[in-house]
This record gives sequence, C-alpha cells and structure tokens, in this order.
Amino acid sequence: MNGPQDLGGQMGFGPVNPEKDEPYFHAAWEKRALGLTLAAGAMGHWNIDESRHARESLHPADYYSSSYYEIWTKALEVLLKRHGFVTDAELAKGHSLGKGAEPKRVLKAENVAAVLAKGGPCDRPVGQTPRFQPGSRVKTRNFNPQTHTRLPRYARGKTGVVEAVHDGFVFPDTNARGQGENPQYVYTVVFTAAEIWGEGADPALTVSIDAWESYLEPA
Amino acid sequence: MAARVRALETILTEKGLVDPDAINAIVDTYETKVGPRNGARVVAKAWVDAEFNAWLRRDATAAIASLSYTGRQGEHMQAVFNTPETHNLVVCTLCSCYPWSVLGLPPVWYKSPPYRSRAVIDPRGVLAEFDLVLPDTTNIRVWDSTAELRYLIIPLRPQGTDGWSEEQLATLVTRDSMIGTGLARVPEVA
Repeated sequence: MNGPQDLGGQMGFGPVNPEKDEPYFHAAWEKRALGLTLAAGAMGHWNIDESRHARESLHPADYYSSSYYEIWTKALEVLLKRHGFVTDAELAKGHSLGKGAEPKRVLKAENVAAVLAKGGPCDRPVGQTPRFQPGSRVKTRNFNPQTHTRLPRYARGKTGVVEAVHDGFVFPDTNARGQGENPQYVYTVVFTAAEIWGEGADPALTVSIDAWESYLEPA
Repeated sequence: MAARVRALETILTEKGLVDPDAINAIVDTYETKVGPRNGARVVAKAWVDAEFNAWLRRDATAAIASLSYTGRQGEHMQAVFNTPETHNLVVCTLCSCYPWSVLGLPPVWYKSPPYRSRAVIDPRGVLAEFDLVLPDTTNIRVWDSTAELRYLIIPLRPQGTDGWSEEQLATLVTRDSMIGTGLARVPEVA
C-alpha cells in the first residue's frame, strides 16, 4: 500500500541526528514493548508480513508522530484484537475481562534462547527455474495495491539490471493477507540514480532493491 | 506510552498468553548478548582469514553461523565488501530491517523517517551528517533491504594495522561502519 512506511525519496523530515553512544532502549517501557511484540508473535497466529502491514496501516499522522516502539505497540494491539485475543474494553480497563482466543502456543522463558536462535527462516523451495539471470535487464511493474507489498514506490516502473538471483522466499504480498506463502525467487536489482531520480541525479550513485519475481518483467 | 504498554502486558499475562519471564529473557538477550561486537568479530575475521573471507562472500549465513551468530533477523545474511572505488550503505526504506544477529537492535535513527527517506536519494548528504565525506568520484551503492536478506557491510581494513590480531582489529570495527554510515576506525599513532 502507498502508506506512510514507504519513505524512499520523501522530503521534509530533516536531519538524521545520530545519537552518540545511543542506548538500546530509551525508556523501560520500550523493553517491554519489544518483548511483548516478540512473545505475542511467538503464539503463531500472524506472520511477519501481517505484522508489517499492521504497522504501515496506522494513520499516516499517527505513524509519523510515533516512535518505532510506539508503532510496534499500536500495531500489536490491532493484531491482538483482530485475532480475538483482546478487546477494546480490556485495553481501556487494563485488565482481562474474560477468555479470548486460544493460543497455539505460549513462549516460556526457558525456550526463549532456542526460539530466538532459530529465528524464522522464510526461504522456500520453488518448483520452476528462475525467470531471470544475473545481467538480465528488467523493468519493475507499476502497480498501486491497497494491500501489502514490498516494492517501494520509488522503484516502480523502473528499468534495472539483475545482479544476483537468490533463493525462493515467501511472497509477502499474499502472505500478509493469509492467502498463502506462494514462494517466488528473489532478485537483487540495481538501478542507476538517473533512472530513479532523473534530472540532477548523482552519477556515481546506484540503488538496489530485493524484488520478488512477479514484481519484474523483461526489459 | 508506559501505561499503555503496562496495560497490554497485564492483560496478556492475566490471560496466560505471555510469560513475563520470557519477556525478561528476550530483553536480556538483546541488551547483553547480541550486539555489534558480533559483527565486529565477523569483520575482523574476514580481514585476516582468506578462507573465511571467501566463505563469507559465497555463503554469509553459513560463515557467520560458524561463529555461532544465528537467529532472528539474521536468517538470510549477505556480506557486502567495500572497495576503494565503491562505498556501500544499507537502509530499509519500508520498515526497519536490520541484521539483528550481528548488529543487535537498530538505533533509533535507522528506523526513523529522515534516514529512511534520504538514504536512497541523498546518501552523500546523509553520510556528511555522520561526518563521513567521500570524494565525488567514490561510487555509492545503497542497498534497500526490501526482502528478507540482511546485509552486513565489511568495511575496508584501516592502514597501519599490519600484524594486528583479530581481537585488536575488532576494536576498530564500529556499528556504523557495518551499516555504511561510517568507516572502520583508524588506529591512533603511538
């Protein structure tokens, strides 16, 4: 979706302002927000693509005025409500008001190290051979879905060169909607700055994206 | 926000959906066990060990796993080597994708709109804000992490480090040098 998350090339956000010797957390609640997000995700009722879509579906004004852990927390509330684990009344009261959906599993402290070390690999076998090879000239599709996609706006309808062919990966555009993993090959596609940004672009700049096969057409 | 997160944790704990000790364990992992020291060790080893270097280029996930750095947001790793001609920079314009297994949790600026919006259109301007000014003739390649590959930049080994051990070299490898917003530190002349 053309949401607030799709930031590449947007203007007006000001300087980066890196913080010297930045701590991992700036408040105690951020630690709990991180832990809650991971622990709730470990119940196994939504995938990372649905999580990302919940975050980018916040109202743009809300997204841009929230810190990242605030974005995570607000999206986690949406996911928990959508999947029947909490209600608005409970969030307002701050306590459980009854039983909700049954979790597939609950992450226990003794399993945290193993679960984090295992992660969530999302490479998958793909039946056919890759459509493109390193060196292939490709054009990205120009589409504007209202649903989740990982093809950023700045890279739509642009011509580039395949640099690398990767494994098959879960396709986020369908996986985010519960429509299946539908794995596709992923390609690193390189664009010149002139192709993306046009006049005045830095001649010594190139930008790459990692694109699922169906984002690409032969050029 | 503190009250809102506390309420959420209370509800989920009362319902038996999360274990507060599991949350403690998650926080402890990312506060004390996983961080840029992991990545620094990978880089230093790549500088001194030609075989490891070649493995890292070929199969970064396996090479990094051999140092026992695995797991969440490091499942599919790719190492990107800076050269004298080309400087590499990593961003996630769409969210906050970052190689947790080797760099730990990302800094706030990495997840924030100024960096995410400008890294792909004005990387030289961004780098200048990190006090990194590259010659106009140096190529810049920006890697937008739009899929599940996670990128670790291997900065150039600083001059004046001949004969240094892996452990000594690792002290020169900053977090920012592995994102591309910095270079490895140059050793102070004794």
